[in-house]
Amino acid sequence: MSNWYMLTVVGQDRPGIVARVTSALYQGGCNLGEASMLRLGGNFTIMLMVQYDSTGDALLAMLKPVGDELGLHCHIDEIEGGLHKHIAPDVRVTVFGADRAGIVARVTTVLADAGMNILDLESDVVGSEDKPIYVMHMEGCAAKGVAALESALAPMAKEGVEVRVSPIDTMMG
Amino acid sequence: MAILQVLAYPDERLKQATAPVTEFDDAFRRVVCDLEETMYAASHCVGIAATQCGLPVRVALVDVSRRPNIKSHGRLVLVNPEILTWDGFGVGREGCFSVPDYTGNIMRAERIAVHYQDEYGTAHETAFEGFEARAVQHEIDHLNGLLFLDRLVSHRNDLYRRKVYK
Repeated sequence: MSNWYMLTVVGQDRPGIVARVTSALYQGGCNLGEASMLRLGGNFTIMLMVQYDSTGDALLAMLKPVGDELGLHCHIDEIEGGLHKHIAPDVRVTVFGADRAGIVARVTTVLADAGMNILDLESDVVGSEDKPIYVMHMEGCAAKGVAALESALAPMAKEGVEVRVSPIDTMMG
Repeated sequence: MAILQVLAYPDERLKQATAPVTEFDDAFRRVVCDLEETMYAASHCVGIAATQCGLPVRVALVDVSRRPNIKSHGRLVLVNPEILTWDGFGVGREGCFSVPDYTGNIMRAERIAVHYQDEYGTAHETAFEGFEARAVQHEIDHLNGLLFLDRLVSHRNDLYRRKVYK
């Protein structure tokens, strides 16, 4: 099998989505690669690498019965690349504060300019409806060093955004 | 001296029981030399256990001195190691040459005291902390047939910031 596709699935969360989608793919002759699956705001979302011998349209047709039954929106992109291409992150950045527009754009622009390549980002809006709190974790590679990220982010503290930068020193044994 | 082949999971030999070392002779020290050369051959490697090379004996090497800004005892040959005490716990990122292309968060003791012998059979009792303590625990796990995969903490919900319990 040579063709890799990125399958994106979004739908209202309910039990059994992962089991039904992956069973349909398995029965259809697909091989699964890396995946990120999580619930976001009451929706269940899947980003899944799928290896399949035929076309993207054939893959969508394979998923149509389960998609229709569970109310899932499926999308396929043909992708380059494959497995065993992980990059080990060397820095973690945690951001939190009262939720307001523009936090992600501000922080990530500062980080990009200071040499950070984000490998993984997860964020949540928590707290209460009247006092929402934004929490974001990122991991990535600091091309210009961890200290460069720290000093670039230091002014954000004045804006009421708490930022923690910590190196990830992976122990290889 | 020779660079040994490092076994990769799911090789069953990574889970085999290990026997204590009783003969501290030249043949044993040649094995230690081979392990040492194998460990230093990989630039980021800070430890190796005999089990990773298919040798079911209780010897592991650790050397974190090549990493900057880390408290280190230098080159350590840990023969028949036993952890005597554990203190404090923290989560850190680990990888393993027996589990290529994957790193994960593992909870380990921050400080440990270990009784072990060196390659000549001399007994030592040493206190380790931080990154070096993590490396020693990782290698002793190998001697007990455990991989860091056995101790994995969720990759997403990290526990890096120490919780303070009152």
